[in-house]
Amino acid sequence: MLRRLFYLLLVKPLVLFLIGLNVRGREHLPTSGPAIVVANHNSHLDTLVLMSLFPQALIPQLHPVAAADYFCRNRWLKAFAVNIIGIIPIDRRTSARDGDTLAPLLTALDQGKILILFPEGTRGQPEQRGKFKSGVAHLLSKRPDVPIIPVFFNGLGKCLPKGEFVLVPFFVDVFIAPAIAWNGSRKSFMALLEQAFDALQNSADKPRFEEG
Amino acid sequence: MMSINLPLSVQIAFAGIALLLCIASCLSIMLQRRRPERNYNELRQRVRTWWIIVAVFAVAVLINRTTSVIVLGLISFLAFKEYLSLIPTRRADHRVLFWAYLAIPVQYYWVWAGWYGLFIIFIPIYVFLWLPMRMLLIGETQGFLRAIGTLHWGLMICVFSLSHMAFMLVLPAENNPGGGSMGILIYLIFLTEINDVAQYLWGKSLGKRKIVPKVSPNKTFAGFWGGVFSTAALAVLLAPWLTPLTRIEALGAGLLIGVAGFVGDVTISALKRDLGVKDSGSLLPGHGGILDRLDSLTYTAPLFFHYIYFLHY
Repeated sequence: MLRRLFYLLLVKPLVLFLIGLNVRGREHLPTSGPAIVVANHNSHLDTLVLMSLFPQALIPQLHPVAAADYFCRNRWLKAFAVNIIGIIPIDRRTSARDGDTLAPLLTALDQGKILILFPEGTRGQPEQRGKFKSGVAHLLSKRPDVPIIPVFFNGLGKCLPKGEFVLVPFFVDVFIAPAIAWNGSRKSFMALLEQAFDALQNSADKPRFEEG
Repeated sequence: MMSINLPLSVQIAFAGIALLLCIASCLSIMLQRRRPERNYNELRQRVRTWWIIVAVFAVAVLINRTTSVIVLGLISFLAFKEYLSLIPTRRADHRVLFWAYLAIPVQYYWVWAGWYGLFIIFIPIYVFLWLPMRMLLIGETQGFLRAIGTLHWGLMICVFSLSHMAFMLVLPAENNPGGGSMGILIYLIFLTEINDVAQYLWGKSLGKRKIVPKVSPNKTFAGFWGGVFSTAALAVLLAPWLTPLTRIEALGAGLLIGVAGFVGDVTISALKRDLGVKDSGSLLPGHGGILDRLDSLTYTAPLFFHYIYFLHY
């Protein structure tokens, strides 16, 4: 309840008016779970913008997957991240990657949830796409029927880059591609995903950051 | 109770605008029916968006001073945001851009308070001197001139120029017995938009010689002159209802709005051409971005304001 109010009264007005979106391909967003939405990651705003694209009724089904070491570093932040934002915390240390790390995600998918995943693993340099980690392929190899929907953001790294706490408004592009299905191989699936993002990125016509 | 305070001329003006839009809606629907093989979606969408623009404008003008200033301030905010999203900005200037945004509420506060002195110098002097200083504190000198130049130009166009529309509403109503406090703003916006449409229609029907081929290849001399004279004629016709202008003064105002509207239009076109985009954004379906609609007003608003301010206030 609190979660839905948070998104309705705070996040939606912030995203729609203060930032302002230019959405292309909204029809590709999943209308029910299980599904995984995969996005590039430049800002804390990514999650909030992505959540605001979905109808209010789907909010209880949506769960961003987030790093436990960052969001659970103190009790208050953890309570906020889990109960209000609705994250599923995971351990991102490589040693813990397989097996148990993914267990909560598999459970959520089995319950028909929609997961939001940032395969870069971290926000990285503003407006630069980092290399994708293959966790999403591990997940899919275990649940091959779950559709993957790529979402590309352009501009949120300008609004609120990593390490900044002052939000500066910019219009933001959100490009959504049709769902990709699991093709049986981790390597070729990751290549397919990167390709889908390249295509989305090339369709953006906003100016890049100047050098320097 | 609201409509009782409205001057008759303002009520007629809004009724007239609604009538024009009805005609536009009917025409676009008829065209679609008459020739189903052609696609009139963009035209339909354009007219539909016009209805929304007029509704927002009505809210901006008719309720009270506070509402007017807030709505027009928000329009400046959207325009400035669109401008900043369009141009390249430096990562280092994050905080500077935040300060630039803060200039918007402050500028519109001067308007709300009716404080002409600060309204007229705040952005050209104080913001102009403050932002480069804030930029220096960050210390990134590469691209400094380009960054500060583009930022201030955007503030002048999207905030300073456009805020003149709001200041028209706080000028003393008694100087304008025909139109009251909102008459001259309605006059300005109506003539500016009609000028856009007239230039387009004259250009389409008679245009041959291009006037600024490098910037805007569709603009012609016939369109320009046809638009300017149509606007001037309409300006003379409407002036006694909405403004304190005499007939000669109204002729001058019409010519000014016609020419300045054209220049504003091609100035934003030059900006878009430089950046390699067709539209400034996607906020207004059928029109493009908000700057695509406000382009002419960025020139006509301050010029017409100071023209009438000099003559009558």
